[in-house]
Amino acid sequence: MNKMKIVILAAALLSIIVAVRPASAGSGSITIKGSTTVLPIAQRTAEEFMDKNSAINISVQGGGSSVGIASIIDETTDIGDASRPIKDKELARAVSNGASPKANVVAMDGIAVIVNPSNNITAMTKQQIKDIYTGNMSSWADVGSNSGKIVIVGRDSASGTFEAFTEKALNKQKTRPDALLQASNQAVAQVVGSAPGAIGYIGLGYITNKVKPVTVNGIECTKVNVLSGKYPLARPLFMYTNGAPSGAVKEYLDFILSAEGQKLVEEEGFVGLK
Amino acid sequence: MFRRIKENIYKWLFTILAFSSLIFLTAITIILFKEGLPIFKDLSLFKFIFGREWYPTYDPPDFGIFPLIVASFWVTIGALFICVPCGIGSALYIHELAGKRQKSILKPLIEILAGVPSIIYGFFGMVVVAPSLQRVFNLPVGLCAFTGSLMLGIMATPTVCSIAEDALSYVPRSFREASLALGANRWQTLMKIVVPAAGSGISTAIILGMSRAVGETMTVLMVTGGAAVIPHSFFQPVRPMTASIAAEMGEAAIGSSHYHALFAIGMLLFIITLGFNIVAELLSRRFRLRLGLSR
Repeated sequence: MNKMKIVILAAALLSIIVAVRPASAGSGSITIKGSTTVLPIAQRTAEEFMDKNSAINISVQGGGSSVGIASIIDETTDIGDASRPIKDKELARAVSNGASPKANVVAMDGIAVIVNPSNNITAMTKQQIKDIYTGNMSSWADVGSNSGKIVIVGRDSASGTFEAFTEKALNKQKTRPDALLQASNQAVAQVVGSAPGAIGYIGLGYITNKVKPVTVNGIECTKVNVLSGKYPLARPLFMYTNGAPSGAVKEYLDFILSAEGQKLVEEEGFVGLK
Repeated sequence: MFRRIKENIYKWLFTILAFSSLIFLTAITIILFKEGLPIFKDLSLFKFIFGREWYPTYDPPDFGIFPLIVASFWVTIGALFICVPCGIGSALYIHELAGKRQKSILKPLIEILAGVPSIIYGFFGMVVVAPSLQRVFNLPVGLCAFTGSLMLGIMATPTVCSIAEDALSYVPRSFREASLALGANRWQTLMKIVVPAAGSGISTAIILGMSRAVGETMTVLMVTGGAAVIPHSFFQPVRPMTASIAAEMGEAAIGSSHYHALFAIGMLLFIITLGFNIVAELLSRRFRLRLGLSR
């Protein structure tokens, strides 16, 4: 009855404790803050990196892209994760603060639009996707398919994928409230795979044979198209540093960009740069 | 002398252990309110509870949890329709009709049902129950309030059953014997004497089952669909309060209003389940008094 609540509270408590733990300064320690989308990459690569370099201690925190960039401007972190490029306003603040944020792309994120395999649609336009998610279209007949009423599936509003999809596909408009928001990419795939009228979106790495990705504006969601920037629902993921990276931070970033690091990136469901 | 000290040490040790849950409870309550109350700096309580839009990450965000509250109650009430007949029915059967052997099989089995982790129910609901319901009722999607109610109902059944069974067994033998001696048959004795005598105990069972259903998280997160709308049918996807907290807490920035809003939902849940538990406790006290049991 109350057990689950207590577990969640305990987890929340723990996360507060982890978050307020002061970042240990000095050489041999790296603080990473920012985007929750980049978080799994940062965590995974940091773990592996620390296994290899026991002298370097990395502390990874979430907070969102704005927090990551703000921390770089205030020089309270070594690496600021962001799933979007720095805004002009932020850059101006950084300059007046004497900081010089440098963008380091560590991975690409491609969001595939998926439907149930029984759906005969194979191509959609960005406009159609937007109309469906914002509530202007509710029947597959409007898009030229015979799968009946559209069941809209998405990621939870706090997730990076949701944020990216809202920005790239919906021009920041609101997803209709009766969309089924799922807690993970796998859950989205599961729902879309079992409901004939469903449409959903997941990270490129999570596509299974139970769902069917559609082309967006005629472009297939593949690694190549994401890397070349042709696919419309793709974006680079950044780790901002103050000035060019050096010392332990450089070593860590080099590790992420190495073949081994990029393999970890792909294992987390993102698109590696090579 | 030495034994005395040892005895004292044990006494204190167990006193501390006994009070430790009180310490945990206090700490949880304090944190819950400390992190939850700040949301009301930007937002009135009325707007929070009766707001109809839950868009926590947009700019500007909407923190209306009315759809979440309605979803929680909707799913819970649906669960009652399943756990009350099943739980009380099986309690009556086990207590009145089952022979010794049946009883020795049934009771442990029901207790095993209570011990199944909620994520297993969730997974089962998502992969097996939801797709079948979708096919049977020809729904657009099987993840809906009904599926949630069904799973929660099954999960709450053992709670209701074992507490109701306890209540039935507390009814003094003399009540039953007197009734039978006056010529009432088994059915009449059960319905007119035993069940009314155990009535508040059975009510306690129902309320505790309800409190279990309201607070259940993992299962509803997985099977109710997660759409924050006010449902107008049992077959619509919903998003109960617990599911929102579980899904969003991990990615809400610490100290943001979203984070505080999630804690405020936790606060509300805490108050609701506390209310249920207080009512259950009062009822069970009345029950004991009525049967002449002390306390």
